[in-house]
Amino acid sequence: MSDTFIRTAMLPPQLPPVTERGAVKWVRENLFSSWLNAGLTVLGVAAVTYLVWLSLPWLIHGVWNGNSLNECRASIAANFGPDAGGACWAMIHARWYQFIYGFYPPELYWRPVLTAALMFVALTPILFSDNRRVAAIMLAAVAVLTILALALVQMPAWLFVLCSLGMTGLFYIGTEAPGRLIWVSLLYPFLTFWLLWGGSVWTPIMALAGFVLLAQCYSLLNARLGVVLATAIGIVAACLWWLLVGGIVAASAQALLPFGLVPVESDRFGGFLLSFVIGVSSIAISLPIGILLALGRQSNMFLIHTLSVGFIEFIRGVPLITMLFTASLLLQYFLPPQVQFDLILRVVILVTFFSAAYNAEVIRGGLAALPRGQFEAADALGLDYWQAQRLIVMPQALKVSIPGIVSTFIGLFKDTTLVTFVGLQEPLRGITTIVRADINWKGIYWEPYIFVGAIFFAACFGMSRYSLYLERKLKTDHH
Amino acid sequence: MKKSVLFGTLAAAALLAGAASATTLDDVKARGVLNCGSNTGLTGFGAPDANGNYQGFDVDLCKAVAAAVLGDQSKVKYIPTTGETRFTALASGEVDLLVRNSTWTFSRDTDLKFDFVAVNYYDGQGFMVKKTLGVSSAKELDGATICIQTGTTTELNLADYFKSNNIKYTPVTVADDAEAQRQFLAGACDAFTTDASGLAASRATLPNPGDYIILPEIISKEPLGPVVRHGDNQWGDIVRWTYFALVAAEEKGITKANIEEVAKSTQDPEVKRLLGLEGDMGKMLGLDNDWAKRAIAANGNYGEIFEANIGSKTPIGLARGLNALWTQGGLQYSPPFR
Repeated sequence: MSDTFIRTAMLPPQLPPVTERGAVKWVRENLFSSWLNAGLTVLGVAAVTYLVWLSLPWLIHGVWNGNSLNECRASIAANFGPDAGGACWAMIHARWYQFIYGFYPPELYWRPVLTAALMFVALTPILFSDNRRVAAIMLAAVAVLTILALALVQMPAWLFVLCSLGMTGLFYIGTEAPGRLIWVSLLYPFLTFWLLWGGSVWTPIMALAGFVLLAQCYSLLNARLGVVLATAIGIVAACLWWLLVGGIVAASAQALLPFGLVPVESDRFGGFLLSFVIGVSSIAISLPIGILLALGRQSNMFLIHTLSVGFIEFIRGVPLITMLFTASLLLQYFLPPQVQFDLILRVVILVTFFSAAYNAEVIRGGLAALPRGQFEAADALGLDYWQAQRLIVMPQALKVSIPGIVSTFIGLFKDTTLVTFVGLQEPLRGITTIVRADINWKGIYWEPYIFVGAIFFAACFGMSRYSLYLERKLKTDHH
Repeated sequence: MKKSVLFGTLAAAALLAGAASATTLDDVKARGVLNCGSNTGLTGFGAPDANGNYQGFDVDLCKAVAAAVLGDQSKVKYIPTTGETRFTALASGEVDLLVRNSTWTFSRDTDLKFDFVAVNYYDGQGFMVKKTLGVSSAKELDGATICIQTGTTTELNLADYFKSNNIKYTPVTVADDAEAQRQFLAGACDAFTTDASGLAASRATLPNPGDYIILPEIISKEPLGPVVRHGDNQWGDIVRWTYFALVAAEEKGITKANIEEVAKSTQDPEVKRLLGLEGDMGKMLGLDNDWAKRAIAANGNYGEIFEANIGSKTPIGLARGLNALWTQGGLQYSPPFR
């Protein structure tokens, strides 16, 4: 008789073996999948442990308050024994304002603070154009941080109230009608110039009037003469305005209705204020110039093609440091000695050229990635050159180029530290040298580098994360 | 229309260029500010302090010249220059005067077309070693590792010195003073060489200054002084004699504190000429008669400036040494004010 066994109920599922689940599985698969990988893991862990073991005491022993390196040393010796080493962050504490603002007059620190806040407000409608929630969060954070920062610097009470109300107002506009903020973005360059350098309010207004004139000429003549001619006439009109009329009008307006801020000379700029002024203005200006150069290089018109190629290849072939020396030294020889052409302006112009040439090549890469059919489709639709570029070619080419463009920007921002070689006081070496020249802080080595590096890292990491966000947002292909 | 703009621009440029050929003194007076090329940061000699005000031994000379020429020592615009940009800044007219611990050498004076109008600090290259190394003379440094900045005259001086003494060394090249100090402290090199004034400042900031000694040998001559462009001798004379006025003031015992008193009571004819009470020396320079008095009153005489910035009472603690007056065994010597 056969005793057949028939299972009537399912066995309860068992857990996978211990090596195939949870942390053990992850460790086995990712860290110890082969003898070679196991060895590399052990080596890696050993190296990290060694570095932490080396630097951790130094970091833990850090001193935050003191007036000189010797005070730091004494404090560390008192707390951790005579042979202990430690970081002297007191230097950052003592020279914090110099690292951030350079030699900007302390009673006017509110102006750079406000400029930075408005920069984020101006960027919001551009960076987060279709994400109201993120835009609102960003504006709220900027408003709160600005009010806090303004509370920490010297400024008249009424001005503080005014600025706080202004920031709150901008936040309100941003949540109710985010599109309106684009006006802040358009006015921002002129506002920045006025806030940072001060002087008569009429100078930036007259500069702005030149652009309004350009826009007017363009919109009046565009239909009759076409894009290129209308723009050219607009530019000539604007230049004539700036060179011949603007200055006189600004002077007489100032005489009639004097209003202005205390002027601040360029040589007071330093630290991160300088880095951001050079970095942000070069980044903002170099992108449109780069696009035009990339288009020029693709052009069939001989002159435009040759000029674009010549410009791009020349600028890319020359090291940035050479451009900076040109800005600082060579331009002075060409100009009469009385002409004081601001060094920061000269540097911004040449850094912009440099970055524009790189951007042009990055964008040309994006253009090359587009299938020919896209151009032909634009032609078939009857679009003219500029319409085709604006509506079909550029949106796709720029999307492809985002990682490259952001890389160029990050590189450019870090390259602003090179201006130290022409005697500008950027934070990494310029301000650090000044701090070390003080007998109290002479001999300090790692601390300023770590501090400045951390801030640069934060800025560059921010840009990099934003570019990832943008790529995800613009992703239209389906896999 | 466009053509006339172009011509207008050219004419304006030509006019400006014409104005540029005026003397430096006229330029400075018209501008109302002295453009002084200074260091981006050298302890005791020239650096902005925590508030951004330039201070130091070299800076005080800029102030004295501004006081003499413009009547106000604060009317100076300090233009920070690096080792690379300093001479071009002077040649291109960006600065009127360069007071930036620059060594007076033959080629700089002749080939670069500058005038070193005086020597406000006699420096020289020296060595610092740990006491435990047991060395008391640079000649005993055979086989030593030495921290040295690349691309400087100190590097060449070092090679020359060791070659002429027929001893060997291994250079450890560093980028700047801060790195040299760190390497030296970490034991990466036995000796650290740079200008003696820099060595003294570095030693003062080491954790235990007593553990280190500066060797007696000075292996090079580094006469540091104010520099002006070739060809404008009037301006060169103004800077030179402003400097000599400071030295002469120390010689005659005129200080910042007692200058008014001396001016009232002095019977010394040279002091009278110096302070503009007799003669018309100011006019010979193209200035007014009180020029030297203002220069001395700004920050005191040479000795006072030295003591206030780098002297033995400061943490840097440099001895006068070669920079003492000639009457006290040094080299600082002012020609007569006559």
